[in-house]
Amino acid sequence: MGEIISLVVGAILVNNFVLSRILGICPFLGVSKKTSTALGMGGAVIFVMTLSGFVTSVINHLILIPYNIVYLQTIIFILVIAGLVQVVEILLQRFSPKLYHALGIYLPLITTNCAVLGSAIICTKENSSIITSVIFCFASAIGFALALLIFSSLREKLDLAKVPESFKGTPIALVTAGLLAMAFMGFAGLAG
Amino acid sequence: MFTPILILTAIGLFIAFAVAIIVRYFGMPEDPLKQQITDLMPGANCGGCGFAGCGAYATAMAEGKAKPGKCPSMNSENAAKIAELLGVTVEKSEPMVAIVCCSGDDNTASRNAFYNGVNNCRDAMQIDAGTKSCSYGCLGLGSCANACPFHAIEMTPQHLAVVHPELCTGCGKCVDTCPKNIIKLVPRSAKIHVFCSSPLRGAEKRKVCKSGCIGCQKCKKAAEEGQIEMNGSLAVINYENPPAAEIASQCPTHVLRSNETTPKKSKEETNE
Repeated sequence: MGEIISLVVGAILVNNFVLSRILGICPFLGVSKKTSTALGMGGAVIFVMTLSGFVTSVINHLILIPYNIVYLQTIIFILVIAGLVQVVEILLQRFSPKLYHALGIYLPLITTNCAVLGSAIICTKENSSIITSVIFCFASAIGFALALLIFSSLREKLDLAKVPESFKGTPIALVTAGLLAMAFMGFAGLAG
Repeated sequence: MFTPILILTAIGLFIAFAVAIIVRYFGMPEDPLKQQITDLMPGANCGGCGFAGCGAYATAMAEGKAKPGKCPSMNSENAAKIAELLGVTVEKSEPMVAIVCCSGDDNTASRNAFYNGVNNCRDAMQIDAGTKSCSYGCLGLGSCANACPFHAIEMTPQHLAVVHPELCTGCGKCVDTCPKNIIKLVPRSAKIHVFCSSPLRGAEKRKVCKSGCIGCQKCKKAAEEGQIEMNGSLAVINYENPPAAEIASQCPTHVLRSNETTPKKSKEETNE
């Protein structure tokens, strides 16, 4: 139990995907202008990352390791994640149009999100079991959503702040992201 | 050695078939109306309608969220067809064309500095608002020409942006791009335009540019009442009541002139 808690806290706060591992920066900057879109993206990432964590670790344990082709993991995981997201999108559109519209464009965008691939590869590197991988991926996605939510609320405040002309828009967003990453460094050493 | 290749191929084929089967049995059929509208769209994705692209506008029209007739690049025939599909009447909008309201090229307008930075007007603008002595002058680095989805803007060898009206669809992308705000959308039916944007006094303009509007008011006197107004020392055409083309001969600096150009050479010829 203690191991799982330290795994979850580690994935959410200490090794936060965006702010410590610097993965998934594109959606972090792209869809963080409004809290509502940030929540949509966060939800979609949690959903896809947990699912892909499960599928990729099953493939890793059943195909890649027995046949000794772990070096092919990157290309196979990209293939699987892209196919998976397509299938999920079609099924959602058919069976849960409400969720489909809530996730909107963010669902297909996740296909190319490096955080999803990154979490799958980190799991195989640490050679964790299927259950641990799913928990790790889920927690990492929560961490991603958390970072996105914090950053989007900061950016909403920034819109009202008086920012020097040359810092308006992306420059001040990048400075803020850097400060946020430094703040998250304070979690280092928490939960072993 | 062949095992990895076989496994990779097998996984790829499996996913392809799985997706194909799921699309076949669970996929939502595409709205036929949306498909028909999309086929009639020009496909330029210029964004002149205010939507993300042709597809987004077609979806909005099919869902009844938008009215047809906002597309600046569509010919009236296709617009009528779409209106017929949707069962509404299309609002006739006056076709517009962009003009660059500046005549000061390197031969006539002076520069107060030499710029060899990033080849882009918006970046050049960051340094003391560009190098043209006239603060209303075309910087001539071609940001508008790069933004134009229809390649309708040509940069002359003397570094002045010129719009070719026969290629321009009036989408307004260049208007948003120009950091000097000297590109305007004007009705296509208007024959002559004032190719100067500076309202400064004639003498001040003359010091920095030989081809600016000097504010002599000759055109205003020759035109009918209300057709040309003065904004400081700048003649401004009232596009609701445009003056006749002959008035252009009155202008001593040839700033008031037609926007017709020699047709642009095709890309192959200029070898860009």
